[in-house]
Amino acid sequence: MPGDDHLHNHDHSDVPSDLALRVKALESLLVEKGLVDPEALNVLIDTYETKVGPRNGAKVVARAWSDPAYKARLLSKGGKAIAELGFTGRQGEDMIVVENTDTTHNMVVCTLCSCYPWPVLGLPPVWYKAAPYRSRAVRDPRGVLADFGVTLPDSVEVRVWDSTAELRYLVLPQRPPGTDGMSENELAALVTRDSMIGTGLAKTPSTKGST
Amino acid sequence: MSELAATPLPGQPAGDAGPVFREPWEAQAFALAVELSQAGHFTWNEWARALSEEIKAAQTAGDPDLGDTYYHHWLAALERLVAEKGLVIPDDMRSRRDAWERAYLDTPHGRPVELKGKS
Repeated sequence: MPGDDHLHNHDHSDVPSDLALRVKALESLLVEKGLVDPEALNVLIDTYETKVGPRNGAKVVARAWSDPAYKARLLSKGGKAIAELGFTGRQGEDMIVVENTDTTHNMVVCTLCSCYPWPVLGLPPVWYKAAPYRSRAVRDPRGVLADFGVTLPDSVEVRVWDSTAELRYLVLPQRPPGTDGMSENELAALVTRDSMIGTGLAKTPSTKGST
Repeated sequence: MSELAATPLPGQPAGDAGPVFREPWEAQAFALAVELSQAGHFTWNEWARALSEEIKAAQTAGDPDLGDTYYHHWLAALERLVAEKGLVIPDDMRSRRDAWERAYLDTPHGRPVELKGKS
């Protein structure tokens, strides 16, 4: 990154970091060999930076809360039902949607790396990729939930799902009370990213404005 | 608050909008892996295995692996996999990296940086 250490010479361009140089090297070699298309790379980056994110997943959840037939399809064939709303692509082909109920709370992790349902949630947050979450989610899920401010009664069973390159999970959070008659758009605003990973709950209308 | 849910790492975009890339090279490295896999040069399973091996190796080498070095592992996995698959020779990667560095050093500020006499 542009350093402040310009004792040597002011005249040249800022030299990128070693990591950036390595990526530049790899990219220019692969493009020259015709193995990747630079335009396709730009489209992909733009998609993940601006178009894909947890709002997609929130729409899926809001639809499931509003439409029992859709919910049934979602729970039996996750990837297909999600594709109905136009959300398809990498890391979304084989999706299993797990439903939170009064007796079961689901939580998703990838213990090996960071497999994550990109088409519905975008790219994973830092903590999802970090070793503490990956190792503790399985060992001590209630402790992890407490760290996220979620305390569940002992009567609720916590299930942890370990994602793989082939199978990814989305949590269908419980519909909060006091939301009867809300539109899908209003409902979607209550669905947080963390509630779809299982490290949070959907917001209730009274807490809607808070984070 | 704990190490998990606590404040985001410095410079790391966070919040419900979802994480993006902290620096352009992370996005480029991300896109290269996805494109190469999409084009059939390796399966996503092979990718996940390479990435998790790099993460393990980094942990063994002392990386606390808090998520901020995730794309370092990503790049290491990518470099290894393209070499294993014979797509790019490791020596070429190194000499091209150095060529880019020289190009930056040789280009006056404000001018586009271009490679001269590719290796």
